Amino acid sequence: MSLKDKLHVIKQRYAGTKMAPAFNALHTFLYTPNEVTHNGTHVKAVDDLKRTMNTVIIALVPCLIFGMYNAGYQHYLAQGAIDKASGFLGASFWTIDNLIIGAWTILPLVVVSYGVGLAVEFLFAIIKGHEVEEGYLVTGMLVPLIVPVDIPLWMLAVAVIFGVVIGKEVFGGTGMNILNPALTIRAFLFFAYPTWMSGDKVWVHGAVERDQMIAAGATNLDAMSGETILGAYAQNKTLAYDYWDMFWGIIPGSVGETSKFLIIIGALFLIFTKIGSWRIIVSTLIGALAMGLVFNAVVDAGIISDTSKFYGLMSVPFWQHLIIGSILFGAVYMATDPVSAAQTNKGKWIYGFLIGFISIMIRVFNPAYPEGVFLAILLMNVFAPTIDHYVVQGNVKQRMKRLKVKTA
Amino acid sequence: MSKDIRIKKGLDIKLVGAAQKELKNAAAGQFYTIRPEDFHSIIPKLVAREGTKVKAGETLFYNKSIEAMKFVAPVSGEVVEVVRGPRRRVDAIRILADSAQEAINHGAFNLSGASPGDLKAHLLASGCWPFIKQRPYDVVADPAKEPKAIFISAYATAPLAADLDFTLAGKEAELQAAVTALGMLTTGKVHIGVGKNANSPLSNLSGVEKHLVSGPHPSGNVGTLINKIDPINKGETVWTVAAQDLVIIGELLLTGVFNPERTVALAGSAVSSPRYFKTKIGAPLSTFIYDDGVEKGANHRIISGNVLSGKQVGEEGVLDFYSNVVTAIPEGDDYEFFGWNKPVFDKISSSRALTFSWLQPKKKYDLDTNTNGEHRAFVVTGIYEDVFPLDMYPMQLLKACMYNDLDEMEALGMYEVAPEDFALTEFICVSKQPHQSIIRTGLDLMLKEIG
Repeated sequence: MSLKDKLHVIKQRYAGTKMAPAFNALHTFLYTPNEVTHNGTHVKAVDDLKRTMNTVIIALVPCLIFGMYNAGYQHYLAQGAIDKASGFLGASFWTIDNLIIGAWTILPLVVVSYGVGLAVEFLFAIIKGHEVEEGYLVTGMLVPLIVPVDIPLWMLAVAVIFGVVIGKEVFGGTGMNILNPALTIRAFLFFAYPTWMSGDKVWVHGAVERDQMIAAGATNLDAMSGETILGAYAQNKTLAYDYWDMFWGIIPGSVGETSKFLIIIGALFLIFTKIGSWRIIVSTLIGALAMGLVFNAVVDAGIISDTSKFYGLMSVPFWQHLIIGSILFGAVYMATDPVSAAQTNKGKWIYGFLIGFISIMIRVFNPAYPEGVFLAILLMNVFAPTIDHYVVQGNVKQRMKRLKVKTA
Repeated sequence: MSKDIRIKKGLDIKLVGAAQKELKNAAAGQFYTIRPEDFHSIIPKLVAREGTKVKAGETLFYNKSIEAMKFVAPVSGEVVEVVRGPRRRVDAIRILADSAQEAINHGAFNLSGASPGDLKAHLLASGCWPFIKQRPYDVVADPAKEPKAIFISAYATAPLAADLDFTLAGKEAELQAAVTALGMLTTGKVHIGVGKNANSPLSNLSGVEKHLVSGPHPSGNVGTLINKIDPINKGETVWTVAAQDLVIIGELLLTGVFNPERTVALAGSAVSSPRYFKTKIGAPLSTFIYDDGVEKGANHRIISGNVLSGKQVGEEGVLDFYSNVVTAIPEGDDYEFFGWNKPVFDKISSSRALTFSWLQPKKKYDLDTNTNGEHRAFVVTGIYEDVFPLDMYPMQLLKACMYNDLDEMEALGMYEVAPEDFALTEFICVSKQPHQSIIRTGLDLMLKEIG
């Protein structure tokens, strides 16, 4: 008997039992089911949710691989062991040593994220009696990319459990959530373990550990530092990096969000395959640029002088906001989550614009943590139904006006 | 006022097995069947019980709510079986056809001398009324309600649809009689949508408002025509008649006989030689599907109607009351290894996620009945709007039907739609939701609660 037939037999055996969703999840991972259409259309297009999710994962893989190399590179650079890479193809960046460090630190994050997240999903599916749904395939890939590289694995596991349960399952599973699950996980980490999510040390592998060793008494070690671009601006310091470094991504930051170049390639792929909404991506970037222009105007008008603590971030040229921090990553991968975003095409423009606008605003004004993208997206997730409501009301009013004109 | 309609949103599903323009007479069948389920929301009151001998055109049952609305036999013969379902619901009436057919003759109807009331009574009594359907609710028209207009779509864009220019060729006299009669039943106009590049037998009828329609499916749906020309508001009614049914109405008016003959296309990739057959409503499909057609007992699906909105009937099934096409496609009841991961070249897709149907827009596909994925909640947004040319929000309307919010359904335009308008959104649905079924249930709820 072939594998297909053997699995078919096992599926019949599990059908109707409690463990059926667990088996079916694994079975449908290997084989698209043999279900045929009943009432309604007799033929269906080939797109299904798994294919959609798979496309997003493909778009994220370059960021993951780059993140691994970057983790190793930042670690050795902070230790002084290697020279700064000269550009995207810099020799000191794409080395095996960098990759080994990166894989060793990041692959466990991926394993924990998927393992714990899918375990929670399987548990809920078995308890509630519905199939395991594909929402977590993308969330599980996003989560390792938006956390600091040295985050303790237990912390990540707790956050994933929180995010999947509160962010998704409690509302009814895939398709029913109000908040973006990956950002719920990130928000949990941010509010529950703030010292681990901010500062100069957490963005470079080994820096926190080095500090602990120095505090414990080791005298021959230098402190490592991995200040991010935003961190430097927030403290009105001068930057150690130039624009090209920021664009290629050879800077400290969360695991996957540094390389704007690869994010743009991912965005083009998502737009081409019609999986990611171009309206949301474009409007988010426009919103961010708009806020940047407002801040630049404020500085130019002299309202904020160079003695103000906001001067550093407000005077950032408006276009530069797009290549620093996680606004580009957020715009392409987080804001475009179809379930938590606005669902009407007109609504998507407003939703994206406000995300970009508010992100930069929070970035500049947030005293403790110079980034605001995930907070802005979560805020707009809550308001997305309101935006849709007013857009749909426009259509309803048009219909009622047509009736009034008729009866007038 | 005549308006040209260009539809931009939609999707042409090109399938293998389009019917060749050859006509053959189907063999005379032994048993003919009428199924009351074809007439949605009608509760039948049986007149012809088992053992009754009927002539063609004689009443089999009538509408319980409207006694004057008769449903008649397509052939003469003896009613051998009344198939009943749960709670003695009449599911099918089977007639053993006589070798020599006899029909009831009402006499030719004088259109110029008659009043609309007489015409209505004639159509109701002769069994032709069920051809007239109404919007809202997409059910058989209520003769008591005045429609503001009557719409006919003579442009067939559904996949493997019968070519109306071929099937209705030579029937101009009957078509003209029918549309003249319909014109008498409304104070508004009779609108006909014909294909822009076609030479339709309906192009040159008088007393109608002709509109040239172009664009992908669903430009041929009568719902699209209504929405673009004279949308239905709350409280208004519109009647629709299919082009092929006009011929039967016209023939009744001209000759006095209810002649349920249809030219039906046998199409689909499971058919060896797809072509047209002359047969009757209620005819057993076995009289023509095997003739250089489908293989008996093979793993295929026989559909009375088209692949988007038709009814699965099987080889032992009959031609239903409204369809003019029978489609046969292979069943897709097999697993696909990593079906969601691999690049796909032989299926239609609305995205470009490792699918390549966008590269060959004119290619004909051999689609099977596999769902290509599992049923999920609505996730992806913005795709239904690409194939839905009506000025409504399709996903919001579907959701309103699912949680039975009548006010919201009304506000979003439920009065204008029929399930077939959602066939394309169901086709491309990533979550494999049953859109047409959701809309049908929603319409039934509105019919019950609002009436």
